[in-house]
Amino acid sequence: MKIAWKELLRRPSRFLTAGGALTLIVVLLLILGGILDALTNASTGLLRAQSAPLIAYGADARDSIVRSRIPVEVHDAIRDVNGVREASGLGVSLLGATVPGRSEPADVAIFGYEAANARVPAPPAPGEAYADASLQDDGVSIGQTLEVGAAAVPVEVVGFVENTNYNLQGGLWVEADTWREILNANIPNAAVAPGTFQAVVITPEEGISPEQLADRVDEQVPEVKALTIDEAITALPGVSQQQSVFSAIIGTTFTVAGLVVALFFALITIERIGLLGVLKAIGASSRTLAAGLTLQAVLIAAGAIVVGGLLTLGLASVIPDAVPLTLGFGRFAFTAFGLVLTALIGSAISFRRIIRIDPASAVGGA
Amino acid sequence: MPALDMNEVRKVYGSGETAVVALDHASLTVGADEMVALVGPSGSGKTTLLSIAGGLLSPTEGVVRVGPHEITEYDRKELTTFRREFVGFVFQGANLVPFLTAKENLLVVADLAGKRGKDVERRADKLLDELGLGHRKKNTPSKLSGGERQRVAIGRALMNEPELVLFDEPTSALDSKLGEQVMELIRTEVKERGTAAVIVTHDTRMTHYADRTVEISDGRLVA
Repeated sequence: MKIAWKELLRRPSRFLTAGGALTLIVVLLLILGGILDALTNASTGLLRAQSAPLIAYGADARDSIVRSRIPVEVHDAIRDVNGVREASGLGVSLLGATVPGRSEPADVAIFGYEAANARVPAPPAPGEAYADASLQDDGVSIGQTLEVGAAAVPVEVVGFVENTNYNLQGGLWVEADTWREILNANIPNAAVAPGTFQAVVITPEEGISPEQLADRVDEQVPEVKALTIDEAITALPGVSQQQSVFSAIIGTTFTVAGLVVALFFALITIERIGLLGVLKAIGASSRTLAAGLTLQAVLIAAGAIVVGGLLTLGLASVIPDAVPLTLGFGRFAFTAFGLVLTALIGSAISFRRIIRIDPASAVGGA
Repeated sequence: MPALDMNEVRKVYGSGETAVVALDHASLTVGADEMVALVGPSGSGKTTLLSIAGGLLSPTEGVVRVGPHEITEYDRKELTTFRREFVGFVFQGANLVPFLTAKENLLVVADLAGKRGKDVERRADKLLDELGLGHRKKNTPSKLSGGERQRVAIGRALMNEPELVLFDEPTSALDSKLGEQVMELIRTEVKERGTAAVIVTHDTRMTHYADRTVEISDGRLVA
């Protein structure tokens, strides 16, 4: 291990090729992952903001909040299901909003809601809204009055919330009646009756799992279908397809990283066969030599993660705002873990060759 | 107790019609502080004998003892431990780790045997001083002359205080003057320590440094 460490310190140029290639791969992985995260966040913020683990849609809505309607009596029936602690209504309308001083309307998702969730406080007063912070890019600021939709329903922004977008549109959180007013004024053919919502988020009582409660709700209130938040996210149009496409690209990139490590260490092992034979002859075990090689692979990967991470942060600062990119700790951690794992697997390819090196090859040669 | 006792050792490579007998019923005993030169032409079995004595190869038949250790039946793992702790090797062309300093090349074998700390460092310094390399201990092999490299290799072989040191053509890469200096040094170092040594060489001018010369021809020990 000491030998491997000293080789890295004293002959860094030897590892530049592999380190450089892995650094570029890290940049690629972070950018790809960052775009995926940004797209996912912008599509699913509404659902991920919920602190409740379940959401119920109309049974005939095919798992879509936009198609769903939940009238008052059905909402009450959900509340009455044994094991439901809280069942609060939620509605969504995708519209444009005129921002003072801007010629282009901002795309907004109006959320009508009844109770605070993980990211949004309790509903504001009628006619007021909490805006998603991403709307600041469209010129939205606190104290402004936005005019929503063609009917120009006025809504005053009283605060910002984070990461609550839906369908790539900035969230605007209003109390339920304000939402109904906006919806009914702008899309009359989709108008809803007083008390009607599109979905109900359900918090179970202690001692009952979300899955159990979902089954119970489905059974006792046949007008709705209850989903876990994860199921609801997957059911969002395009989200699972988006994730599978990006996951395939990211997976392929990790495979390339593994091949880079495997090929590099296979070549370096062949190059070192003489030295490894001598070390075996003087008493180094195959295990010690393999551990040294693994250490080098992991340290090269770690170096690539640090340099690649910094490069990506630099790159992110010059990428135009129009490109969706979210670089969170989770993405860095996933990429780092994935690359280290890939380096471990890649370096393990050379173990067989190390084991087969004959210590007797050290004697008798020139 | 002899440092090396090889009794009726055979080594056969391959099998059937393609079998090659590299060592044929070879018996050799080396005393605890004896220095033996092993000479013979290319392909005579010198390297095979040295490899078997050092636990690098296992014999096909016969018994090999190094000090109290009967290594004939040792498996690969046991042989690795044995080589690490009880035998020193000096190879042709030194074969040092190129990116380590002279001193670190000595410390490597101690480290492999799990020996670390100030005492080990002191021992490496002392050995290098004895070998006339006290001022070169921070140099890597590329900064050392051929003779200096071979002296570092001798230090490495002696670092773990082995019972037996095996030299594989230690002067083949050196001119005759340097070769003689190195042989003189080998003799001094092994005699001072009472360590046994087997030196494989094809250079008969070097054999007078040994206590005894054994010839090998076609896998058989002649004298």
